[in-house]
Amino acid sequence: MMNEMSGAAALMAALEKEKVDYIFGLPGGANLPIYDAYDALVDSKIRHVLVRHEQSAAHMADGYARIKRKAGVCFATSGPGATNLVTGIATAYADSSPIIAVTGQVALPMIGKDAFQETDIIGVTNPVTKYAFQPRVANEIPEMVKKSFYIAESGRPGPVLIDIPKDVQQQVTRMDFPEYIKVRGYNPIVDADLSEINKACEMILKAEKPMIMAGGGVILSGAFSELQTLAELLSIPVVTTFKGKGAFPENHPLALGPIGMHGHAEANKMVQEADCILAIGARFSDRTVGRFDEFGKDINVIHFDVDPAEIGKNKSVNAAVIGDVKSSLRSLIKLIPKNFKTNEEISKLWLGRKRELVNYYEDSIKDYSREITAKKALKKLREILPADGIVTTEVGQCQMWASLHFDVISPGTFFSSTGLGTMGFGFPASIGAKAARNNVPVVDIAGDGSFNMTENSLAVSVLEELPVIVFLLNNQMLGMVAQWQRTFYNRRYSGVHQKNCPDYCKLAESYGAQAYRVGSMAELDKALKGAIKSDVATVIDIPIDPDEDVYPFVAPGTGLKDMIIGA
Amino acid sequence: MQKNKNTIFDDENDDKLYILSVIVENKPGVLFRITNLFRSRNFNIESITVGITEKPDLSRMTITTVSDVKTLEQLVKQLQKLIDVIQINVLNKENAVYRELALIKMNAKDPTTRIEIANFASIYRGNIMDISNETITVEIIGTPDKIDAFKNLVSNYGIIQVARTGVSALPRGAVNDHL
Repeated sequence: MMNEMSGAAALMAALEKEKVDYIFGLPGGANLPIYDAYDALVDSKIRHVLVRHEQSAAHMADGYARIKRKAGVCFATSGPGATNLVTGIATAYADSSPIIAVTGQVALPMIGKDAFQETDIIGVTNPVTKYAFQPRVANEIPEMVKKSFYIAESGRPGPVLIDIPKDVQQQVTRMDFPEYIKVRGYNPIVDADLSEINKACEMILKAEKPMIMAGGGVILSGAFSELQTLAELLSIPVVTTFKGKGAFPENHPLALGPIGMHGHAEANKMVQEADCILAIGARFSDRTVGRFDEFGKDINVIHFDVDPAEIGKNKSVNAAVIGDVKSSLRSLIKLIPKNFKTNEEISKLWLGRKRELVNYYEDSIKDYSREITAKKALKKLREILPADGIVTTEVGQCQMWASLHFDVISPGTFFSSTGLGTMGFGFPASIGAKAARNNVPVVDIAGDGSFNMTENSLAVSVLEELPVIVFLLNNQMLGMVAQWQRTFYNRRYSGVHQKNCPDYCKLAESYGAQAYRVGSMAELDKALKGAIKSDVATVIDIPIDPDEDVYPFVAPGTGLKDMIIGA
Repeated sequence: MQKNKNTIFDDENDDKLYILSVIVENKPGVLFRITNLFRSRNFNIESITVGITEKPDLSRMTITTVSDVKTLEQLVKQLQKLIDVIQINVLNKENAVYRELALIKMNAKDPTTRIEIANFASIYRGNIMDISNETITVEIIGTPDKIDAFKNLVSNYGIIQVARTGVSALPRGAVNDHL
């Protein structure tokens, strides 16, 4: 197809070809031509969502991508618009989420002249993008857009930046929209490297106490049924990383839940008792394994991952299978002999261990006696929310309580900023998730500290009719910092008091959202039911005890064996 | 085009000097992406040279780095992830030819000193590039070891300035990868 059009019009046409339906963004001086080209679209499926801060635009694109499992798109202008995106881009990079960030840039002759609103955004974002493009002539744009989607979505996904100088947006020229593109230095692994799969299979079959550790890669690859088939076939208990939470239904008898700094106590305990660990789409992060040298010591560790650079990065392993974990798992399942029988006695003991530990920790981990605690509130949320409802979180105690006390039943319905730990992520990301799947309720499990950071997205949720539920566990504190100060700094609280400001109900109502403040479990029940039925954004303010801690706790720099289960 | 997977790793755990010959896209920003990777992942660069290859759209970077085998393996994998990197070869003393050029300026006020230095330079197959009443500048081409040896030899005369290019290298023998 050959056509005369502006660079900005070519950008919009190329995005339409990629079947983009949502763009989250905010205009400014250097991307005016792009917004003008958006305005000129006729009968377009693309819907622009005007954000109130560019950081939220990137988080919305990220939340959209995680649920839709295709790249989310965000727009910002040059300079401060672009730098405001950086936290969101870094968040997506840390969690391997595909987003396409399109920034305006000052005109080519002004680049390097310290022009107004000029920032070298490609330089700034280099360590947190998979790739970045800057077209120098307008007819490079269609190909760059196509390459951006290909790079962002394939292999190990990640963010791609397209930085378009204003004069390139305005330049009118003949455009060629390629059907096929090739990036010669980029060869994401399509077929698994199965050279070690037999070895891996033998290790698993001969293990007496095998364990699966499912990571975010299972969710990215959508390998839910393969994971469940494997676990059930061999009766292997499944722990997850925090990013892998919800890769496996958490109400399944074989599910142990997440391990790590605030993992489930029984999961942290049992993963140390395993004699073989199969890590699937996981990167052995410090938050998950504690100490690299202690985790999986002297036992067989097998690693399935799509990214060759993850093999041996943090943890040396005994067998590795590189490739999309869905296809690797399928290959592994085929290798298991039809007549294979696990030693039932050993298997029974191994699975029985879970019950023993659950009971033990149930009794020994302190439960607060208040009418409403984070734990009770989250159990109530699980009770009311349909299994296919989507849940995301802010960052801090609220996030770790969600990990501990909210069971994900339908795989792939939970996500959080697990790698970068970005406060303010959850609320805009939940709006993005709602855009991706608007027929299910979407909940942001929030704390007051995180919610404060991006609460102005209430305007977006209300005006764009993308209603989400903010489940606000309000302890008037930067609670996780307070917990660390309580634990490691002898209760010297420094800079953690939020003092219940603002009044979250008044705040929500001022944006046209619905608000509840709940003082009892019965009120919470009623509020949740009202929120799920509501077609407008809802904030449920749930006051909790500022002294409520998250336990268990594996202190930084220590191993899982050093888990603390209470103060 | 496949990136070279058959890189040769030594099996020692000690730090060693490795020469990475990296074929990259010849376009703006590529050198930045590579050096930024070294910085952000805490890898070390001893020297780096860049120049165009037999193909105008490709550059060859020769990077020398001191590391153990595990770090080297991780470094190669991380470099391979960069989209502008087309191919990586890990070279060593046995499988590659490698050379560095150094310009060394020394004090040489005394005529006998100038003769002595000129003699040393000739033994090292160096060239006198500049000579004045006060200084003499010698060009030495060879392995980094040879350049170090020459520097040691003439250090008593007083070295004023040194400029070294870093190592350039090519694998020995027939080429079996076609770009």
